[in-house]
Amino acid sequence: MPLLSVRNLKTRFATDRGTVRAVDGVSFDLEEGEVLGLVGESGSGKSVTALSIMRLVPEPPGQVTADAMTLDGTDLLALSEAEAREIRGARMAMIFQDPMRSLNPVLTIGRQLTEVLRRHQKLGGAAARRRAVELLETVGIPMPEKRLRAYPHQFSGGMRQRVMIAIALSCNPRLLIADEATTALDVTIQAQIIDLVKRLTRERGTSVIWISHDLGVVAGLCDRVNVMYAGAIVEAGPIRELFHRPSHGYTLGLMGSTPRVDGQGPTKGARRLTPIEGMPPNLIDPIPLCPFLPRCRVSVAACRARPPAPRQFGAGHWASCFADLAPRSAP
Amino acid sequence: MALAQSPSPESPAPDAAGPRITGSLRLAARQFPRHRAAMLGLICLALICLAAALAPWVAPYDPVQIKLSAKLKPPSFEHWIGTDHFGRDVFSRLLYGGRTSLSVGLLVVGFAFVMGVPLGLASGYFGGRVDNLLMRLVDAFLTFPPLLLAVAVVGLLGPDIQNVMLALGLVQAPVLARMVRGSTLAVREDVYVTAARALGAGPARIVLSHLLRNVMSPIVVQLTIVFAAAVVAEASLSFLGFGTQPPQPSWGRDMSEARRFLGDAPWMFLAPTVAIMLCVLSINFMGDGLRDALDPRAWRTRRTVSQAES
Repeated sequence: MPLLSVRNLKTRFATDRGTVRAVDGVSFDLEEGEVLGLVGESGSGKSVTALSIMRLVPEPPGQVTADAMTLDGTDLLALSEAEAREIRGARMAMIFQDPMRSLNPVLTIGRQLTEVLRRHQKLGGAAARRRAVELLETVGIPMPEKRLRAYPHQFSGGMRQRVMIAIALSCNPRLLIADEATTALDVTIQAQIIDLVKRLTRERGTSVIWISHDLGVVAGLCDRVNVMYAGAIVEAGPIRELFHRPSHGYTLGLMGSTPRVDGQGPTKGARRLTPIEGMPPNLIDPIPLCPFLPRCRVSVAACRARPPAPRQFGAGHWASCFADLAPRSAP
Repeated sequence: MALAQSPSPESPAPDAAGPRITGSLRLAARQFPRHRAAMLGLICLALICLAAALAPWVAPYDPVQIKLSAKLKPPSFEHWIGTDHFGRDVFSRLLYGGRTSLSVGLLVVGFAFVMGVPLGLASGYFGGRVDNLLMRLVDAFLTFPPLLLAVAVVGLLGPDIQNVMLALGLVQAPVLARMVRGSTLAVREDVYVTAARALGAGPARIVLSHLLRNVMSPIVVQLTIVFAAAVVAEASLSFLGFGTQPPQPSWGRDMSEARRFLGDAPWMFLAPTVAIMLCVLSINFMGDGLRDALDPRAWRTRRTVSQAES
């Protein structure tokens, strides 16, 4: 049984201009210890998917429905707010994009770390502090005992993200969701943080959902990837499969707009990055066809006739796309 | 990790084992004395409060004793700040008047805090209908000219110093509530609030340890303004005959009475004026210090821990 199972998740927001379908029928499974990438451009529904799983979407104006959404057998949607609080931070945790702003500026690091330990593990003061020191050590913060008394502004961005990771993993959650956790950091720190998350989650067998728009980061970290567009998963597959054989026009577009060290893009012979033209789709009145059609460079006649159904391309690799994209040879 | 699972046996004596985390508030308290102006303000205010509190023992004369033969005398060894138009000792009246004025100021601040802060927090945190209801109520109060509202309340309940405090509190609480709501709305959207919720924090924790702690600085600043406004408003009410009743002394009353003798006996006017000014200044300095002490980002850090990079 998968750790996390999501079936037909729909998250909508009522606005003055109509209902925004931020997440529109997302289904996926996450196995124990697996690292799943969630990629897509801004507004594609990655973060809202994460917040829906965490039960952090404000209702109203939001409305979250799903045929099933279970974490380790617990039906997440059936939880009351109080029950959800017991699970958040204990069995699932989340780290956010901006490490400069995801720690409370007026509380010490120690206070913020021990708060979670006291809350979920019912540790006493001394035990919580000792555990906090251990945690800071684990995430590679020097002089952890001293640092407990420090405030967030006394840390650099990378250090703060380490603290966030320490807090998120403090109660050994089964699921960790990282929402653009390295986007705000510079590249060397990014690599360190990714290594840290990799090491810690592997040690503990934590499953990870890694949200990013950076294909490079996802390639280095994840076992599988879901590509999201307009609130839906348009392509999913094991990491190597998907990178060697992108099978959706949007995935192809994403890869074409990502710089590569070897200078080879998926678009043949392209020496320059190829941006995806046009604007992100309207989520209030979606077109009844493939949402990517207006921006697609590889569309075929069928695209203009009916919406695409998922097509299988390999073991666990599928895409909702009519176009037959030439398979690329593995390097 | 085994250690983490079992509740610590030593937990009753927390500081015996394990590293210490000094509480945020304790660190803030340690920070306050470093603010020189704030310390000066604190000392000055403490002296004024002490003098007022000890008035019955310190004051050289009875503040209401009339002695017409000695009226409008300039400062002398006998009467340190001279006498007023009834021959009463201005210094003694100053000390006794401080009891009225300071208690009005402090109680109004207390009332405004107790009423205004929870209202503002609730409004900002819950938003939506609760916010609408509470803020319309606040709006209703704010439509009255403040002094008129106070006069109306005192007029209804009778001219009495307790009613004056209540009235001024009612005038100030909505202002504070509105301000707290605004700050709360801003802080509520911060990522760390979502992050705290993602870690299982409930509403009480969010409001008390995240929202309130982060809106404390503007609250403190506003309260120093409330104090000053209350002292002055009490003077206005007394002048209109709604506050302290003669011959009871209060800085505001004495100030307004002294107006008529500004040319002949400026000391009569200067004494309460300077007292009010000193108080308000001290409180403002203290407010500055408190605001900075409550915001770790404003601390002048000694670089004891190297700001190492990851």
